[in-house]
Formats: sequence, C-alpha cells, structure tokens
Amino acid sequence: MATETEHAEPTEAVAHSADHAHAHPSDSQYVLIAVVLAFITGAEVLTYYVDFFKDHFPILLLTLIPMMIIKFAIVAAFFMHLRFDNKLFRRVFITGIVLATIVYMIVLNIFHVFKHS
Amino acid sequence: MSDVAIHHDPKPGEHGWTQTGVSNEKLGMWVFLGSECLLFGGLISTYMLYKGTALKGPKPHDLYDIPFTSVSSFVLLMSSMTMVLALSAIQRGDHQRCRVWLATTALLGATFISGQVYEFTSFVKEGMGYTTNTAASSFYTLTGFHGVHVSLGIVMLMSLFMMSVRGRLPQEKSEVVEIVGLYWHFVDVVWILIFTVVYLIP
Amino acid sequence: MAIIEAPDSAPLALPSGGTVAPHQALGVFSRPGQSKGWRSWITSVDHKRVGVLYGASAILFFLIGGMEALLIRLQLVHANGTVLNAAQYNQVFTMHGITMIFLVVMPLGAAFMNYLMPLQVGARDVAFPRLNAFSFWCFLFGGLFLNSSWFLGGAPDGGWFAYAPNTNPIFSPSHGMDFYAIGLLITGIASTVGAINLVVTVINLRAPGMSLMKMPVFTWMGFVTQLLIVFAMPVITVALFLLLFDRNFGANFFNVKAGADPLLWQHLFWLFGHPEVYILILPSFGIISETIPVFSRKPIFGYPFMVFSGIAIGFMGWGVWAHHMFASGVGPLSVAAFSVTTMFIAVPTGVKILNWVATMYGGKLTFTTSMKFSVGLVGMFTIGGLSGVTHAVSPSDLQQTDTYYIVAHFHYVIFGGALLGFFAGMYFWWPKVFGYKLSEKLGSWHFWLILIGMNLTFGPMHIVGLQGQPRRTYTYNKGYGFDFWNMIETIGAFIIALAVLVFLVNVFSSRAKAKREHITVGNDPWDARSLEWMVPNPTPAHNFDEVPVVAHLDEFWHRKYGEDENGRPVRVKATDDVVQAGDPTGVHLPSPSYWPIVIAASLPLIGYGIIFNLGFAALGGFVLFLGIYGLGLEPSMDPDAAHPHDDHDDTHDDAPAAADDEESHEEVTASE
Repeated sequence: MATETEHAEPTEAVAHSADHAHAHPSDSQYVLIAVVLAFITGAEVLTYYVDFFKDHFPILLLTLIPMMIIKFAIVAAFFMHLRFDNKLFRRVFITGIVLATIVYMIVLNIFHVFKHS
Repeated sequence: MSDVAIHHDPKPGEHGWTQTGVSNEKLGMWVFLGSECLLFGGLISTYMLYKGTALKGPKPHDLYDIPFTSVSSFVLLMSSMTMVLALSAIQRGDHQRCRVWLATTALLGATFISGQVYEFTSFVKEGMGYTTNTAASSFYTLTGFHGVHVSLGIVMLMSLFMMSVRGRLPQEKSEVVEIVGLYWHFVDVVWILIFTVVYLIP
Repeated sequence: MAIIEAPDSAPLALPSGGTVAPHQALGVFSRPGQSKGWRSWITSVDHKRVGVLYGASAILFFLIGGMEALLIRLQLVHANGTVLNAAQYNQVFTMHGITMIFLVVMPLGAAFMNYLMPLQVGARDVAFPRLNAFSFWCFLFGGLFLNSSWFLGGAPDGGWFAYAPNTNPIFSPSHGMDFYAIGLLITGIASTVGAINLVVTVINLRAPGMSLMKMPVFTWMGFVTQLLIVFAMPVITVALFLLLFDRNFGANFFNVKAGADPLLWQHLFWLFGHPEVYILILPSFGIISETIPVFSRKPIFGYPFMVFSGIAIGFMGWGVWAHHMFASGVGPLSVAAFSVTTMFIAVPTGVKILNWVATMYGGKLTFTTSMKFSVGLVGMFTIGGLSGVTHAVSPSDLQQTDTYYIVAHFHYVIFGGALLGFFAGMYFWWPKVFGYKLSEKLGSWHFWLILIGMNLTFGPMHIVGLQGQPRRTYTYNKGYGFDFWNMIETIGAFIIALAVLVFLVNVFSSRAKAKREHITVGNDPWDARSLEWMVPNPTPAHNFDEVPVVAHLDEFWHRKYGEDENGRPVRVKATDDVVQAGDPTGVHLPSPSYWPIVIAASLPLIGYGIIFNLGFAALGGFVLFLGIYGLGLEPSMDPDAAHPHDDHDDTHDDAPAAADDEESHEEVTASE
C-alpha cells in the first residue's frame, strides 16, 4: 500500500498560498479520476456475480486486493493531494498505514486467521 | 523536513510562521489521520478474527445485500469527488459552486448513512442483533464506528456550508475546506477497505 | 478542523454574505483577561502554565498512588495479613497501577515535555495552545473520574492490564471496570490531542536554523514519545471500546461462551502496552541526556547515536508485545520470534547507557542533586534492564511469569528509571520554572532515602519472586519463607514515603526561603547548554523576545563559549549578554479561553451517563457540542484584548488556530 506514492516527484509545494492549486488536477481531471474509481468499483462488484471466483478463492483474493489498493491509492494520491503536497504528509500517513498493516497482520497470523480461509 | 521556511509573510515566532512551510492545522490533521489508521486497523482485525465465529444466529455474510451495499459504496465514493470539487471551487474563489458541492457532499454522505441505517434494521429484523454472536458484534462495531465518522463529517460539512453562506469562508481560508476534505476522503478510503475486506471477500 | 472567524482588521471583500462585523464569540462567556489568580490558571493556554498544572496534578496523584502502595505493603508485611480483604486488595493494586502509569508517570512526562519542548526548539508556544489546555483538563478530569470510582460502588479490580475474561460482569460485577474503560478513554483523548500538538510543534515551530539533528536530546526523546502516543493510543482505544461495549451493551468480544477468544484483549492491550513502556521511560532518558552533559561539563557523547537509538527504541517497541504473553500459548514460532526481538531491543538501550557513561567519563563532574538522580537512573535502570533481558529468554520467563520477579523488574525500570529521571529534571529545571533553586541539602536526603528505599523495596522482590511468591495475590501463608523479605520490602516502602515527604518539605521550605530572603538564581544557575536557558528565569510569558537563529546543537553554550587554540572552551560572552531581556514588546500571544475546561468537563459527564443514567450523557453531549462550537468560533487571539506595548497597526492574520482531532471535530458554523 505504501509503494504507490513513491513514484511521485517530491514536490515541496507550499500549502499556504492559494496559488498552489496550479499543481493540482483540474475539475475535469477530478471527474475523470472519479470515473476510473467507479469503474474499478464496478469490476469489484462483478466478482460477486462471476461463478468462477466462488470456486477459486485465492484468485478472488488476487483480484480484489489489488483493486482495493489501487482505489485507496488513487483517492489518497489525487483527492487527498498526497501526490502533490509536502512529502511530510505522505510520511506521516504511510507510517500509520504500514505500521497498522504489519502489526495487525502479525496478530491475525498468531490467531491463524489466514490458514483456513 | 529541515529546509527553512519557503514563504516569508510572518516572521519566525509570529503566528502563522512554520519551519516547514506547511500549516499547523493541516499537519495536525495528517498526524491525526495516521493515528486513525491504527484505530480502524484494530476494528477491521477484530472483525477478521470473528467473522466466522457465530455459535448462534446468522452471520453477517449470510445477510449481506451486495447490490445494495455496492450502490451505497458508490455514493460514498462519489461524495469524495464532490468534496474535491468543492475545494477546487473555493480555491478559485467560486463560492457559489463551492456551496453547491459542499451541500452535495453532505447529502451524499447522508444518503450513505441512511443506507447503513436501513441495512442495520433489516439485519436486525432477520435475526442478527448486536449481541447475537461475536461476528455480529464485531460487524456492527466496525461499520458503526465508520458511520459515526461519516456523521461527524456531515456535521462539519454542514458547518462549512453555513459559514460560507454567512460569508465567513473567504477564499484565503480555503485550507479549512481542504482539511475537512482530508478527513472526508480518509473516511471514504476506510470504506474502500471495508467494502472489499468485509463485504466482498467471503 | 480549523476555525474561521472574521478577521479583525481590514474587512474582506466577500463575494456574498455581506460585511463582517468583528464579533465576540458566542457571547456566553466574555473572554477571560486575567493574568493572576485561579481564573487565570483555569483559562490559561500558556504551555508553561499547562506544564506546571500537569506536574502539580501528577504529584497529587503520585501521593494517592503512593498511599495505595503503602496499603499493599502493609497487607503483605507478614503472612495472612488482614489490613485488606481480597476484594479490597484487588482494587488497591489495580488502582495503584493505573494511577502510577496513566496519572503519574505519563503526565509527569507531559509536564516536562509541555514546558520544555517549545522552549528548546525556540518557539513561543505550542502549535495549538487551546488544545494543549484542553489536553490537560481532559487528563485531570479523567483522573478524577477514575478515582471517583472509590465512592461509587468500587474501584476497578481487574488489574491495570484488565485481562479478559476476568473483566466481564460475571467476574467483576461492580462498575469498577466501566470506570477503568471510560477513564482511560478520557485520558487517552488527552494524550492523543497533546501528542498531535507536540508533534506538530516540533516539526513546524523549530527556530530558524534548528534542523532536526540540532534539537536537544530531550526534545528528540519527547518527539519519539509523542509519535508513539499518536500511534499506540488508538490501539488501546479499540480495546477499551470493545470492553465497554461488552460490559454495557452485551457485545461478545471477550465472551468465551459465545466463542470469543479472550487473547484478543491481550494482543490489543500489549500492542499498546509495550510502546507505552517506552512512552513512560523515554522522557526520562531525555531529561538525563540534558543533565549529565551539564554536570559533566562535556557535550553529550555520540549525539547521533543517542538520537538514533531513541528512534530505534520507538520502532522496535512495536515488535515485542507478545513477550508479555509467553505463558498464554501463542505458539512456539511467536515465542521464538518475540524472544529474539526482545533481546534485540536491549541493544539501543545499552547504547544509551554507554553514551551516558561515556559522557561522564573524563568530565568535570559536579554531584548536584539533579546529577545524583541522573546517575541513580543509569544504575537502577541498568538493573531493571538486565532483569528484563532474563524475561526475553522464554523458558526462564515461564518460570518468572506472574511472580514478584516481574514486579521487581518493572519497578526498577519505572521507579528507578522514569521517576528518578523526573526528579533529576525537577531539581534541574526548578529555577527555570519558579525562579529559585530547591535546597541541595534536603535534595541530597531525598535522593539517598529514595535510593535506599527503592532498593529495599524492590530488590528483595527478585528473591521472593524466584522463590515463587505470586503477584496480584492478596496474601501468603506462613512457612512459605516469604515473611522476612516482605518485611524488608515494607520497611523500604516507608523509607520511600519518607523520601517523598522530604521532597515536599523541600518544595515548600525552599519557596518560603526564596520569598523571605529574596533569593534569585540568576539566569544560568548550572552553566547550561540548551535554548531554554536563553530566556530569563522564571520564563516570561512570551518565552523569546526574538526567536533565536540556531547554528549549533547546544546553541546557548556555543554563544557563551568559544575555543582557544588548543581546542579548550573559553568564555567569550557573559551569560547576561547572551540571555534575552524578557521584553514582550510587539509579541502577540494567544488569548486565554474558557472553552478547553468546558469541553473537558463534559467528558466525565458522558462517562457517568454511560454507567448510571443516559440522561447525564445527553447533558454531557450537549455541553461537548456547545464547547466545541464555542472553541471553534472563538478567535485564537482575542481581537479586543489589550496587548501591552503593542502597536496595533500590524496586519497579522488571525488565522485558524485549532486543529481537528478525534474527539473535537469542531465544526464551524455561523451561529451568533
């Protein structure tokens, strides 16, 4: 989940002035991003109706989890401006996400949650 | 992090000056969101642990109405778009449109919450109360926490709307909209996780 | 989220909504303006006053927690003690733990960090002054809420660790554990808000030129501590909510009958609990990293190692939690993995010990009281650290689990570590805060009594622990061979009590003496090194007249001393030429506010409501709502306040001051 923002160029954009908006996408680009998000959501929902995935659980996981991560990344990078903003914000947020993912994964693993599912 | 301030309006020590050039409020919001990751991580993990344990009564997975939830997920996703459009409008100084988008975002959020209320009541009718089994408890707690976050977001959006109507939200204060927006998008991002992990993965 | 109010100067050309009149927020309270008297304290948003309030409240709770400790020791002084019965003992030892951890050591750390971190980075205040005041009141009311349980049907009795399923209503039928859950949620809000505040302060408000690697070690350790709080508090928040819902709304998270796994509690608790251990100790590590260089007249040895070992401790603290659960059947792989990480975490701690010793090595040591406490910390913490490594070895840990050996270990690190460090800090910074020194003579008594007392109390616990005396048990039988050492422990505990008494006498007599004889300490009593000493003693309300531009680590020292041709330090400037005059001309400070205490007061009300009657909760919720809007709509700087020596022609922006945080989604509306 952390990697998606790393390709973003480190902009040291100053958040204070209103003119920093020039780095941000335009309204039509925002709409386009939303369309992409809607499209991915549609694909996610589709897996529910396709019988193939009912018998192939690992493949379902391999389909759904990347889509979820991509959606997450798009919202964080564009709507939350992480791609354009000071990289300080990115660091703080990614620390939280990575820390949460690692420690809770370990907890669930100790409970053998991933074994039978 | 160590680079010295880029903008020069306030002098060091004065109100509004920061070493990094980013505002305190925005940084504070991001730190808070980093903290929230661990909160929702804990709740999601609890659900993952218990989603299969139900000694009596139906499990959430027996009751999910995926088409319905898909629609409400879509609504919340679109509210993120309207939120960012509101920000973009106020940054341009287009207050009229900012208000329209703020109101739309709040409305979409409210639609999502109504959907959740409907979902909860129908689940209870089908025999899965909060105390029925561990899976039910953890499902309601996780989605309930998320719902409370959305509701608080709606209150904030309504407040922004009222401020804007009263003329207290000038263009140079657009950062307030941005900060509320960050919170709103975060709540949306959490729902992206919940929708996949809780609803779609059996 | 930030707050918008009408700027007081130059009405904006707004596209709509008409003109904006300068407004008085809400008009419920007129803005407080006092600078003296109790009202000025409850409305103060000054980080220094908030720090002092934190310290004073923590010492009050320290006395309460200490009395609980004495009760425990009286009960155990000989076999089959009758001072307390089993139920009372459970409450007393639970409250002793909760009080000492959440209401003493954490807030003492907060006291030092609040007072010193802004000064050490060269800021006039923290990033969000009103939220800072809110944190303090929230902590105080949370602590009082917890302690009110004594009079409302019984205190928490499940231990500070509150293991499920012991905490469910069958095994713990009183409201105690509800008080525990809600009380800790309230103090958790306080910690989180305070932590976000200080993290932002350190990142954003450092003086020009102060890069991260020029920050004093104390500020660094405080920064790591606050980050740990930011990320650890939500974990216990989850656990406490689950417990609360289990007990009050019939949820099934820890209900074994419904198929729940009680180990979930332990994981969540220790996932928070182990970072918490470092939250307790790191501020003290920071304190003695300031005092030891000053009293050795040497710069800290290996500054970057000091910083990075602190960061390493912060990170690794997240990977060792299951060593608290070796006896709970987490599986051989987990046990092995967590054994290894636990042994590894001793390394950065060892680096710190080495650096302190190396700082003292070859230095010109002055054994002031503060230095004695600092050296005491190094020694005592090392003992505690070594016994800690013995727990990392899981076979030996299985032998030690739930015995007094564990109690000995964590008292050596928390009492011998954290608390001795705080005393070192108090003696060191007392002149900074209050303008007079504490008596060195009484201080010496204080130190030696506490050192002897703590070793008598906690030392023998190693022995009886290995002999098998179980902790958390209210009595033991004759003939187990525990009698002698328990007697010694109780004597030690009373020596500690005496030492604390000496400290209190010292505080009051030194103050009286300073008043009587008009003693002032001058501006630099210890020939110190860091920025906080560049302002007069006691610190003026506005901190710095002019924010210094920083070029060195130990900036203050480098302004006083240069080097001769042999590289030896020589005085280049008199202290008084370096220290600022304390002239507040032209400085704008945030105005005091009633709202922080109002918002904080609403939280215990909601707590009582959940336990007893939802009507209270509704009332509390209403006050909370009102308070948040009040805070949100009030300008952080009162446009009507008279600024002394101020020319009102500047056009500073009354920008939004309060940030958003989890419980205060303060909204902004245009209510009048």
